Amino acid sequence: MSQADLFIVFIALVGGAIRVSTPFMFVALGECLTEKSGRINLGLEGNLVLGAMVAYAGSYTTGSPWLGVLMAGCSGLVLGAMHGYICKLPKVNDIAVGIAFMSFGIGLAFFFGKPYIQPTAPRLEAIPLGGWSSDPLVAQALQVNPLFFLGIALALFLRWAFANTRWGLILRMTGDSAASARAMGVSVDLVRLLATAAGGFLAGVGGAFLSLFYPGSWNEGLSSGQGLMAVALVIFARWDPIRCVLAALLFGAAGALGPSLQSIGVSQGYYFFNAAPYILTLFIMIASARSKSAAREAPGELSIVK
Amino acid sequence: MTAVLASSSIERGGLSPRAIRMIEAVIIPLGALVASAALFSVFLLFLGKSPVTFFNLIWTGGFGSAFSIQNTLQRAAPLILTGLAFAIPARIGLTLIGAEGALVLGGFSAAAIAIPLVRGGWTPWIGLPIMAIAAMLVGAFWIGLVGWLRHYRGVNETISSLLLSYIAIAIMNFFVEGALRDPASANKPSTMPIGDAYRIGPMPGTSVHWGLAAGVVLAVILWLLMSRTTFGFAARMTGGNVRAAQAQGLPVGFLVVACCAIAGACAGLAGFFEVAAIHGQANASLVAGYGFTGILVAFLARQNPLAVVPVAILFGALAAAGGLVQRRMAMPDATVLVLQGMIFVVLLVSETFYGRIPFLQPKRAGDRS
Repeated sequence: MSQADLFIVFIALVGGAIRVSTPFMFVALGECLTEKSGRINLGLEGNLVLGAMVAYAGSYTTGSPWLGVLMAGCSGLVLGAMHGYICKLPKVNDIAVGIAFMSFGIGLAFFFGKPYIQPTAPRLEAIPLGGWSSDPLVAQALQVNPLFFLGIALALFLRWAFANTRWGLILRMTGDSAASARAMGVSVDLVRLLATAAGGFLAGVGGAFLSLFYPGSWNEGLSSGQGLMAVALVIFARWDPIRCVLAALLFGAAGALGPSLQSIGVSQGYYFFNAAPYILTLFIMIASARSKSAAREAPGELSIVK
Repeated sequence: MTAVLASSSIERGGLSPRAIRMIEAVIIPLGALVASAALFSVFLLFLGKSPVTFFNLIWTGGFGSAFSIQNTLQRAAPLILTGLAFAIPARIGLTLIGAEGALVLGGFSAAAIAIPLVRGGWTPWIGLPIMAIAAMLVGAFWIGLVGWLRHYRGVNETISSLLLSYIAIAIMNFFVEGALRDPASANKPSTMPIGDAYRIGPMPGTSVHWGLAAGVVLAVILWLLMSRTTFGFAARMTGGNVRAAQAQGLPVGFLVVACCAIAGACAGLAGFFEVAAIHGQANASLVAGYGFTGILVAFLARQNPLAVVPVAILFGALAAAGGLVQRRMAMPDATVLVLQGMIFVVLLVSETFYGRIPFLQPKRAGDRS
C-alpha cells in the first residue's frame, strides 16, 4: 500500500467517521439520558428505523427535510413515551419491553414505509467545510451535515445540564437511588417517563439522518443494529455525553473501514470489515464489563449493570 | 419451589396457589392475544380495512385447508426450535436474542460440511446426521460463548448475543461470497447445492419436513429436562436467585453455559433443517427473522417448552397467511410484523396482571371475607 493510498484511506475514514457516527451519536445521547434516569430502553433500534421512515415520508410530502427531522423526532417521542409508560407498571421488565418496541417500531416503519421506497425526497443540505482544499477527496469527505454539529452541541449541553441544573440533579438522583428521590418528593415514574420520551426523540432524529443524509434514502435494510450498538456504546462511554460523542466517532470510523478500503481496491474481506463495528463493540464490552471505574459511574438503579 | 409456596400461603377453600398460577398462565396470555387482536382491528378500521376480512383470511390462510395447515406447520418447525432457544436460557434468567445468528451459522455449517460429503459420495444416512451434528455443535458453541461471556466476564448477554448475530451473518456472507461460492449462483450468492440425495423429504403422508417432528420431540425432552431433572431444578433455582444458588454450591457457571449451549444447538438445528429441507444450500434466505419471532413465541409460551409448540403453530399460521392477506387486501407484507409487534407489547403489559386478578387471589387466614 503506497503513501497516496494510505492518504485516501485516511481521508475516507475521517469523512466516514463523521458521516457514520451521527446516528450513533444521537441514539447514544438519547440512551444516555434515559439510562441516567435509571431505566434502559433497548428499543431505540425501533425508534431509529421508524424515525428514518417518518423523516423520509415527511420530507417527501412537505418538501422540507427539516420538517421531516422534526416529525421523526416526534415519532420517536411517542414510542419512547409508550415505553416509559409501560415500564412503570409493576412486574414489567424494561429489557423485554425494549425488545418488543424494537419489533413494533420496525414493523410500523416497514408497514407505512412501502410507498416511500421508490420516490426521492429532498435531502438535508451539507455544509461544505472542505472548500479550502483543492483536493476533491478532502472536499467530499468534509461535507458535514449540520446535525453532526447539533449532536456535539447537544452533548456539551447535556454534560453541563447533568452537572449544573436542578433538572440534571433530579435526573441523576432518580437514576442513582429511587428511594432518595421519592424521599425528596420527586415522582420517579414521571422523571423516567420524560427521560425515556426525550431519549426516544433523539433516537428518532438519528434515524432522520440515515434516510435524509447518509445513506440518504429509505429502504428496509437501512439500519443494521446501530440502535442496539448505541446501547453498548453508552456503557463503554460510562454515561458521559462527551465520551458518547467520542465513542460514536470511533464506531463511525470502524463502520467506515470496509468502504474506505474498498475505495482503494481492497475488496477482499469486505464482509469482515463490515462486521468491524460489531466486533469492536463486543471487545469493548468484554474489556469494560468488569471494570471498577465503570461500575462506579453507572447509575445505581440500572438493571443492566446490577 | 412449588411445594414451599403451597405450604407457606395459608388458604381456606378455593383454589390452590398452584392451580391459580396455572389458570393465570393460560388466561393472561390468551387475554393479551384477544386484546391485541382488538387493538389491531382498530388499527385496520383506522386504515379503512375490514378486520373481519383480515381475521377470516388469517384463518383460511393458516388453517383453512389441508394445504394451508401443512404450510403453517412447515413454518412452525423453525419457530419451535428458535422459541426453545429463547425459552431455555430464560429459565436460568438470561435474555438471549441471538438465535438468529446461531440459526444462520448452523445452517451455513451444515451446508459447508456437506460439500466434501457429497463430493466423496457418502450416503445421506451418514452424511445428514453429520450435517445436523455440525449445525448443532456450531450453534451450541456460538450461544455457549454468550453464556460464558456472561458468567465469567460479566458481559450483558442481550447485547452480546445480538452483536454475535450480526457477526454470524457477516461470517456466512464472507464465505458465501468468497471461498465457498457456487459459481452457478449468480444473483444470489450461495454455497454449492447439497443435491437431491441429501434433501430431507417430507414426513410420510404430508408435505411437512421432519424439522417439525424434531422440534416437537426436542420440546418434550427439554420440558422433561427443565421440570423433571436435577439439572432443570438447579437451572430454575439459579434463574430465581443466583446468589442463593451459589451459596448452595450449585455449579452456576456450568448451568449457564449449558443452558446457552442447549439453546444454540436448537437454533443450529433449525438452520440445518432450513438448509437440508427447504433451501438446499446456504444463502441470505437463512436470515428470515425466525430467531426474532422465536423470542415472541417463547414469551407467549411463558418459557414453557411444551407450550412453545402450539404458540409456534399459531405464529406459523400468521406467517403462512401473510401472503394471502397481502394479495387479497392489498396490504404490505409488513402487516404481520405490525401485528406481531402489537402482540408483543400487549403481552408484556399483561405481565403486570399476574397475582393481581381479584377473583383469583387466595383467601388468606386473616381475611374475614
